[in-house]
Amino acid sequence: MNFLRKRLDSVKHNFEKGGKLEKYYFAYEAMDTFLFSPNTTAEVKGVQVRDAIDLKRLMMTVIFAMLPCLIFGMWNVGRQHFIAIGQTASVGEEFWIGIIKTLPIIIVSYAVGLGVEFIFSTIRKHPVNEGYLVTGMLIPLVMPAGIPLWQVAIATIFAVIIGKEAFGGTGMNVLNVALTARAFLYFAYPSQISGEVWTFLGDGAKTVSGYSGATPLALAAQSTGNVVNDLNNFGAGWADGIYSFWNMFLGIMPGCIGETSTLMCLIGAAILVMTGVGSWKIIFSVFAGAFGMGLFLNAVGTNPFTQMPAHYHLVIGGLAFGAVFMATDPVTATQTETGKWVYGLLIGVFTVLIRVFNPAYPEGIMLAILLMNVFAPLIDYFVVAANKKRRIQRATV
Amino acid sequence: MGKFIRLKKGFNINLAGKAAPKIADSEPAETISLKPSDFHGLYMPKVVVKEGDIVKAGSPVFHDKKLESIQFTSPVSGEVVEIKRGEKRLLLEVKILADKKSDYVNFKKFSISEIGNLSAENIKAQILEAGVWPNFVQRPFGTIADPAVTPKAIHISAFDTHPLAPDYSILFKGQDQFFQAGVDILKKLTSGAVNLNVHTTSDIATVFSQVKGAEVNKFSGPHPASCVGVQIHHIDPISKGDIVWTINPFGVIQIGKLFLNGVYDASKIVAVVGSEVKAPQYYKTVTSASIKKLVANNLSSENVRFISGNPLTGTRIESDGHIGFHDHQLTVLPEGNHHEFIGWITPGANKLSFQRAWGLFSFLTPSKEFKLDTNTHGEPRAFVQTGVFERVMPMDILPTHLIKSILAEDVDEMEALGIYEVIEEDFALCEFVDVSKHNIQDILRDGLELIRKS
Repeated sequence: MNFLRKRLDSVKHNFEKGGKLEKYYFAYEAMDTFLFSPNTTAEVKGVQVRDAIDLKRLMMTVIFAMLPCLIFGMWNVGRQHFIAIGQTASVGEEFWIGIIKTLPIIIVSYAVGLGVEFIFSTIRKHPVNEGYLVTGMLIPLVMPAGIPLWQVAIATIFAVIIGKEAFGGTGMNVLNVALTARAFLYFAYPSQISGEVWTFLGDGAKTVSGYSGATPLALAAQSTGNVVNDLNNFGAGWADGIYSFWNMFLGIMPGCIGETSTLMCLIGAAILVMTGVGSWKIIFSVFAGAFGMGLFLNAVGTNPFTQMPAHYHLVIGGLAFGAVFMATDPVTATQTETGKWVYGLLIGVFTVLIRVFNPAYPEGIMLAILLMNVFAPLIDYFVVAANKKRRIQRATV
Repeated sequence: MGKFIRLKKGFNINLAGKAAPKIADSEPAETISLKPSDFHGLYMPKVVVKEGDIVKAGSPVFHDKKLESIQFTSPVSGEVVEIKRGEKRLLLEVKILADKKSDYVNFKKFSISEIGNLSAENIKAQILEAGVWPNFVQRPFGTIADPAVTPKAIHISAFDTHPLAPDYSILFKGQDQFFQAGVDILKKLTSGAVNLNVHTTSDIATVFSQVKGAEVNKFSGPHPASCVGVQIHHIDPISKGDIVWTINPFGVIQIGKLFLNGVYDASKIVAVVGSEVKAPQYYKTVTSASIKKLVANNLSSENVRFISGNPLTGTRIESDGHIGFHDHQLTVLPEGNHHEFIGWITPGANKLSFQRAWGLFSFLTPSKEFKLDTNTHGEPRAFVQTGVFERVMPMDILPTHLIKSILAEDVDEMEALGIYEVIEEDFALCEFVDVSKHNIQDILRDGLELIRKS
């Protein structure tokens, strides 16, 4: 790769101070450091050897953890398509449909998002941070397969500008950027991202008799009797067992591209936790909060949805994806270790509460995480205050 | 009754090039260099010698204008050959060409029984005059101790868990009586205890195990267990208004020698270590000595960095540079001034990460030694990751919040979050594991100086 290094070095002077392309220095720096780890060495004083990890590697680890969800999601998009139109197809054919529908969304997300990042780095003269490597993948995974690409582009621009750059860029944002994109679409273009939009049907495709793209959450919310029976009975005519507990755990059901499979999310969680990149405290406590709240509602609830077994809340909707990949966003989550328990538990609790009691929002994880994003600094405030109090009490002893 | 503290958080950086347990014969250093930059808290050093002056071991070389009683004296006898100054005539170093055999200034000698009758004032006067005083480091702020105060305790960390650290049982072998005398003297300088903090997992050197009069506290766990700030935090933490002193066992022994032998004996043993050293082992030398003789014909490659001290808190020096006043270790590592094609993603068995990042499976081979270079492995970025500092900080301190309060220059918040309890070495592992590649130790020092000067 010497020729590449030489090429980069030969044009570097144009981007440095006084060069004719000086204002694009950070765009050059982003490309340079993407291709080659920098040759910078430790300062004169202080740590002389550094941990091999950097922000790029950290972010890549998160992307690596998302790959099971992405690959499974691609297949599931095709799988749901063929189930809906009543045809049988090979795994390859199912996967191909998934690629055709998913890849453009990923490309739009990265191209638009990184474009905005590069523009801001040039205007504001700060380095292109690697946060968008993850956001760019998260956005497609929380979109329905049939989402118009222009909506993805607008949502991405909105999320990066309003959700991140307005606060000062990577590391400063209050709200999770990918969820901001999702929430933008949810409120700006509700017909394309809520209701029965979860299965890509194809142009002019005829669906099988009795087909409905409803998500299990919508079904549970509409249930007037036993939720489990209703879920099990649903789809009997066109896809028997589609909303059985284990099928929902595996994720072979309509939903956003990457968030239907609890199993794939758990594989991602294992990667995040084993590499130390994601906080196991947050992941565990989101699940615990949702399960705990589910149990509580089972005991005291009155409407049928409250009587849905608590463990169904863990596999239904986007709880697992939110817990593993959204709630663990280190910038918008709580930063204290004690705070992470409280933060995760409250996300789990609010997710179930919103699901069960708010008729307008059948899914609760997105709003619960965004809500707790806002309250994360407050949780940290109390944890930090407790630490300070300990120190003050010690001083007076 | 001492305490037993089991530390769980931290990280041992296992580097190649550990010192073999033997002390090699080495030629005496040609020069020594006294550098004011080795000490925090100096206002303006004033040199009291001229180039060409002849000095003895223990002769004053410079003092600070605000703390005139603290003398910085020559570790050897010889001729002052260079007084190097920087901008605004700031004193950078005083270089002395060492005699083959040192000639000492004679200070008053005492027997062990006489030491028991000495007053704190008499003790301080002799330590100050002989140049042994700079061994005392005062907390908070990690500055040279103020002779005018009486600390609430004195702490001695009797082990070192830094990467490639020297074994104290080799450094201080046979110094038992001097160490004991030193402890006896220290007891007169504090209103509280003299705490001797040892590690449980290795054999405690006899020089420490036999000592009387000190409170012996036992620690277990990985680095930073040896950082005296961590030890103080668990034994008797520092709050606003408290002052404690810390001193390395070398300083305690120097005090003992000063009173029993009447000389400023600056001879010390230094570990020359690192993956680029042909024969990593111990060498006899003196405080602030040139490293030239120690590394001559002793390197296995050319593109190297010489570090006075350890790889976490050390200082880069030149190949003809001098070891820092407080250091007992010279580390030689490969310089990492090279690019690596997509190095941020390439898995590598020789890359070390505390965080088990993707592709790095170092946790499977905990005893594997790594040959790390000085590359930063990334460029400075915004603070993103949380929780990792907390995993290497075995103190009830919130490192992320403390660092952020320093960046915000919020003095009240810094105080409330415990800045008085820490100095650079306590935060070195945070700097090592930082994904965003900040110079955490520099940030901390900025915070400490902001408070100290306000």
